[in-house]
Amino acid sequence: MGTSRRGFVGGVSALALLSSSRAAFAQKKYDNGASDSEIKLGHCGPYSGPASAYGVIGKGIEAYWKSVNDLGGINGRKINFITLDDGYSPAKTVEVVRQLVEQDKVLCLFNTLGTPSNTAIQKYMNQRKVPQLYVATGASKWGRPKEFPWTMGYQPDYHTEAVIYAKHILANIKDAKVGVLMQNDDFGKDYVDGFKEGLGQDAGKVIAKLVTYEVTDPTVESQIIQLKDSGANVFFNVATPKFAAQAIRKAADIGWKPAQYMTNVSASVTSVMKPAGFDNGQGIITAAYLKDPTDKRWDDDAEMKTWRAWMDKYMPGTNQGDANYVYAYSVSFLMQQTLAKCGDMLTHENVMKQAANFQKLRVPMLLPGITVSTSPTDYYPIQAVQLQRFKGETWDLFGDVMAAEGS
Amino acid sequence: MPAFPKKWLWILLALAFLVPLLQPLLPDVVSNYRLFLVSTMIIAAIAVLGLNLLTGFNGQISLGHSAFYAVGAYTAAILMDKLDMPYYATLPIAAVMCFIVGYLFGLPALKLEGHYLALATFALALSVPQILKYKWLEDLTGGVQGIVLSKPDVPFGLPLNEDQWLYYYCLVVMVLLYWAAANILNSRSGRAMMAIRDQYMAADTMGIDTALYKTVTFGISAAYTGIAGALSASAIAFVAPDSFNFFLSIKFLIGLVVGGVGSLAGSVVGGIFYVLVDNSAQALSTFVKNDLGLQFDLSAYTVFGIILIVLMYLMPMGIVGGVYYLVRSMRSPGAKAREQAALKQRASS
Repeated sequence: MGTSRRGFVGGVSALALLSSSRAAFAQKKYDNGASDSEIKLGHCGPYSGPASAYGVIGKGIEAYWKSVNDLGGINGRKINFITLDDGYSPAKTVEVVRQLVEQDKVLCLFNTLGTPSNTAIQKYMNQRKVPQLYVATGASKWGRPKEFPWTMGYQPDYHTEAVIYAKHILANIKDAKVGVLMQNDDFGKDYVDGFKEGLGQDAGKVIAKLVTYEVTDPTVESQIIQLKDSGANVFFNVATPKFAAQAIRKAADIGWKPAQYMTNVSASVTSVMKPAGFDNGQGIITAAYLKDPTDKRWDDDAEMKTWRAWMDKYMPGTNQGDANYVYAYSVSFLMQQTLAKCGDMLTHENVMKQAANFQKLRVPMLLPGITVSTSPTDYYPIQAVQLQRFKGETWDLFGDVMAAEGS
Repeated sequence: MPAFPKKWLWILLALAFLVPLLQPLLPDVVSNYRLFLVSTMIIAAIAVLGLNLLTGFNGQISLGHSAFYAVGAYTAAILMDKLDMPYYATLPIAAVMCFIVGYLFGLPALKLEGHYLALATFALALSVPQILKYKWLEDLTGGVQGIVLSKPDVPFGLPLNEDQWLYYYCLVVMVLLYWAAANILNSRSGRAMMAIRDQYMAADTMGIDTALYKTVTFGISAAYTGIAGALSASAIAFVAPDSFNFFLSIKFLIGLVVGGVGSLAGSVVGGIFYVLVDNSAQALSTFVKNDLGLQFDLSAYTVFGIILIVLMYLMPMGIVGGVYYLVRSMRSPGAKAREQAALKQRASS
C-alpha cells in the first residue's frame, strides 16, 4: 500500500467536503477489485467440456451486467465481469480462480459453477478471505459459516428438497414402498441422504430398492425393470435430465404405474417431459422455486414480462424456454442488491456481511411467496420450494410454499 | 533429434533457480500466481516427458496417460489423507505404483500395435475416472467428492512462501527426472528402446528382448506421468475424478507433438506450451473480439486449434525440431537444401 489509511481517508473526506452534492464524510473504503469507477467480479464455468450445457448461465449473467452498466451501474460504478472457462475440471478451476483473485484482483467470486469445482477452491478462497458468493450448485455443503465464512450458496439445496419429498410421501401415500433411481455422484447422494433423513427411522423399511447408474451409462432401462420387480408403489427419480426422461418413458413402457417424484434439476418441460412423452408424465410431482418460462400462467405476470423484454434486448435469438436464463437473471439480481447495499464500503468483509444480511428480500422470478433470507449463521439464501404436478403439457403448482425447518 | 546444447541448459537452469528470488524486487512480474502457473507447466512437462519416453523413443502410442496421471495423483492424495504421510514421501510410492500399473498394462499391450494400442489405452483413460467413483473404493478415493488436501509447507524455516517452495520442489523433481531420462536414453537400454521404435524386426533379430523392453518402457513412462500426477495433487491441493478426463491425455499428446516427438527438451517445451496456450487462448479470443474489433466470436478452443494447425504446418517436427533446423539453416545457407530434404524424409516416414 502506497498511501497510509489515514492519509487516504483524509484525502477522501477532503474530497467529500469539496463536492457539496455528496453526503458529507461518506466513508469510502476499497479492497482489491473496487474503485470509484468500477467493481470487478470473477466467475468461471464450463464453456467447454462435458457440462458445457451449463455455459449459458455464464452468458446470461454477462448479459445481466451489461444491462446494469447500460443503466449507470451500481452506485455509479460499472461492473467489470470477468468470466473464464474451466471446462468442468477442478484442477483447471484452481488455475483460473487464482488468476481471477491474484492477477485480475476481483472483489469477489460470483456464481462459480459445479460442486467439484467449488470444492477445489473453497479452502483457498477462505484462506484468502475473498468472498465466494452464490455458487451455482445445490449441494448442501455451501452453508457452513463456521468452517467456511467466505462461501455461500444460492438455490435451495438438494438435501432440503429431498426432505420435503419424503414428508409429502409419508403424509399422502399409505404403505409407501419407494423405489429410488440415483445418479452415482454427489448430486445423487445429497438427495438420497436428505430423503432418508426425511423418512426418519423407517427409511430402511420404506425404501424398497435403491438402484444407481453412472452419468456415462447409455440408458437406465435395466434399473427401471429392477425397480418395478421390487414391487415399489412410489418412484423417486433422482436423475439428470436425459436419464430422468428415459426413466419416465421406460416405466410407462413396461406398465409400471407408481406415484412418481422427480428432482427439481430435471423439472424442464422442453428437455425432460416432452421427450419422455406428456402422456407418460402425467401426475409426476416435483418442486420448484423459479417461475418456469414455459408455464402459460405467468404470461401476464409483470416480472415475467420484464424478463422477456430483457431477454429480447440482451440475449436476442436465444431459447427463452431455457430455465437456466431465469436462474442467471435471478441470481445476478441478488448479487446486484448485495453490492448496492455495500454502498461505498466495497471491501471483501463488507460484501460478505451484506450477503449474510437479507431479510425476506423479493428476488424477481422466484415463485410468489419465496424470498431470500440470510444471516451470519444462515448461509442458505433460498430455502423454500413449492410442489408442482405435471398436468397436460405443463407444471401445475399446488399446495403452499414449503420451507425446510432450520437446517 | 539433436541433444540440447549443454551450455544453454546450465544457463536456463540457473535462471530457473534465480528468477523466483527476485520476487521482493519485482513483485508484479514474479507474482505468486505466475510461479504457480510455471509450477503447473513443470508438472505438465514431466507428464509429457513420460509420454515421450513411450511414444517418442519407443514408438508405442498411448492415449491413456491421463489414467497413470490419475493413479499417481490419487496414490499421493490417499497417502497424505489417510496415512498423514508427508507430501515428498508420496512421490516414490506413486512412482512405484504407476510403474506396476504401467508394466501390467504393458503386458497385454505387447499383442497390440499402432492403432489397436491407441484404442486400448483410450479405454484405460475412459475407465479410470469411473473406477475412482466406484462404491467399493469410495472410502479411499472419496468418490465424486474427491479429496481435499493441504498445500506443501515450507520446510526448514526457509524464507520462501508456499508458491515459491512449490515451484522449487517441482523444479528439482523435474531436473532429477530429466537427468535420469537422459541417462537412460544414452545407455544400452536407451539404444535398445530406440532400435525397437526404428526397426522392430531388426532389433528382435539382434537379440534385444523386445517384450521386456516394451513392457518396462511402459512402466517407466507410467511412473514419470504418475510422479507428475502426484505433484499436481500437492499443487492443486485437491483431487477429483473430473480432473482426469480423457481430454487430459489429448493435452499430453498435444504437448508431445508440439514440443517435439523424441526430444527431451521438446517435452519441456511441449509442457510449457500447452499450459501457456490453454491459458491464453481465451484471452486471445476476447482480444480479437474486443480490441481488434473483428466480428469473430471465436471460442477459446477454436483459437487453440488454429494455433495448433499453424504450428504443425510451420514446424512439422515440433517447436524444438523447428528451431533447431532454423538455426542450422541460418548458420550455413548451403546446408538448407539438405536439411529440407532430410526433414521431408523424416516427416513422411
